[in-house]
Amino acid sequence: MNRSRIGYSVTGGALAILFLFPLLWSGWASVRTGSGFGLENYDRLFTSDNGVRPQHVLNSLVVSVLTVGGTLFVATLGGYAFGRFKFPGRDVLFLVTLAILMVPYATILIALYVLLGWIGLEDSLVGLSLVLVMFQLPFSIFMMRNSFEAVPRELEESAQMDGCASVGTLVRIMLPAVKPGLITVGLFAFLTSWSEFFAPLILLNSTDKFTTTLAVVNMRTASHGSIDYAALEAGVVFMAVPCLILFAFMQRSYVRGFTSGAIKG
Amino acid sequence: MTIVTTPRRAQRAEQAGPPPARRRFRRQTRRAWLGIAYASPTAVMVALFFLTPLVLVGWMSLHRWPLLAPPTLNAPDNFTTIGDNELVRSATWFTIKYTVIITVLLFAVSLGLALLVQHRRRGVGFFRTAFFLPMAVGFASASLLFLGLLSDEIGPVSDLLRGIGLIDGYVSWTSGSANSALGSAVVLVLWRFAGFNMLILLTGLQAIPPEIYEAARVDGASRWQTFRSITLPLLRPTIALVLTLMVTGSLLAFDQFWILTRGGPDNSTTSLVMVIYREAFIRLDLGSAAAISVVLLVVLVVFNVIQLGVLRRRSN
Repeated sequence: MNRSRIGYSVTGGALAILFLFPLLWSGWASVRTGSGFGLENYDRLFTSDNGVRPQHVLNSLVVSVLTVGGTLFVATLGGYAFGRFKFPGRDVLFLVTLAILMVPYATILIALYVLLGWIGLEDSLVGLSLVLVMFQLPFSIFMMRNSFEAVPRELEESAQMDGCASVGTLVRIMLPAVKPGLITVGLFAFLTSWSEFFAPLILLNSTDKFTTTLAVVNMRTASHGSIDYAALEAGVVFMAVPCLILFAFMQRSYVRGFTSGAIKG
Repeated sequence: MTIVTTPRRAQRAEQAGPPPARRRFRRQTRRAWLGIAYASPTAVMVALFFLTPLVLVGWMSLHRWPLLAPPTLNAPDNFTTIGDNELVRSATWFTIKYTVIITVLLFAVSLGLALLVQHRRRGVGFFRTAFFLPMAVGFASASLLFLGLLSDEIGPVSDLLRGIGLIDGYVSWTSGSANSALGSAVVLVLWRFAGFNMLILLTGLQAIPPEIYEAARVDGASRWQTFRSITLPLLRPTIALVLTLMVTGSLLAFDQFWILTRGGPDNSTTSLVMVIYREAFIRLDLGSAAAISVVLLVVLVVFNVIQLGVLRRRSN
């Protein structure tokens, strides 16, 4: 009994150190300079020739806001429709939405690149955000449908008796009831859009449209000679800090929603 | 009540409202229309950005489709030339090899972690968070992090191994040899995704009723027996899900090799998705890229359908 408890603590502790070490090391490496500690690496990250520009950070924020907003809008309405209404084609549409998970997006991004060109959204942050919203849909719609289904019917019916119009019922009665679902969906959409690499790489061409992730990776891939590793670690920390902060605040609902969605989806 | 269609009666009926059955029907129709209205943004997004590109990628694969010139029909050239492409062949083998390695190792590590933290004990919350935390870092960022971590210039790994005498001299983990490059990517993926898969397995483990374990203990079953004849069979649907996610994710590997190894040395770590990217944006041949995508897509869908079938049969 006692021995197994010690074994558990030692194994768990050693593994926890192993998993936390890379994160702690990158924080340390990002502030280490030749003579001691300072912000020189961050300085190079933002000022070197192919470094990160304020424009790139702004682009990332635009894409994140559009993706989170778009995902919440589509998934809330869709989840409400799938969870609370009967209409022809409902089950087919729901299954097709979930099928997005079965067709991993690396295989359709080439076609999306051509398609966005046709509708005038080539090399555009809006186009990228729309694609990211679509990729968020299976998880988000599923999550929101479950959330709406879990709300007691009486709540909705009594609101309608009181003469609340449908949209009014949704906004005033239903939305507060599905808040945990909205937080999970929004957080997940943010984490994905903020750090997504492959979709921006394919869909964005010009340097001034780059997201931060693309710009930081570009510092590595565009360097033919020596790589500025320390500046890269500064980039890693810069990218990770917003995610870690959000994660710390919302870990509980994020993890809960994540697993329930992953299991049932 | 008979409905008499004299104008006066009709007028009166309208004033009193339609009979209950028709009212219910009307309400249902109204609700159906509302449902359609609420579902329409989803329908538009799915039709425009999922179904259309799905058809388009098939259409593109039948054409010579240069990046900057009008396409011309050339079916089935894009497919017949796939086999002749040396890089496609080596990338296919590499991707399969990588998928097998990752699936085995990642599954073993994730299940180990899940078993370690499945009970409420002291420090369990901290351990779970520590294992899951890498998931909060984007995968591209994680790849860059490991690029530095494993580098000889600023990374501590080489220094550490030199310190204990395991290696000597300069070692380039991410580009030195095919094996060390692959190994670097494997370590990165284990670090980043073990906690995520642990979490899924954990929910499966916690869904097993504790009474079954209790009964096994009363019967004097050993730990290993309990694990083999209770935990594993009851965990099967969750295991199937986790394995599906791992296989799908590995077959589509891109970020880790693009960033960490650049596909090298000598294309030895070039994955299939990297070849798709290369065909499309370096060789500017979208038709060929689409053909490889279609093949990969068909393989994945077939794999997932089989997997789902197995999963359903087992859970029945």
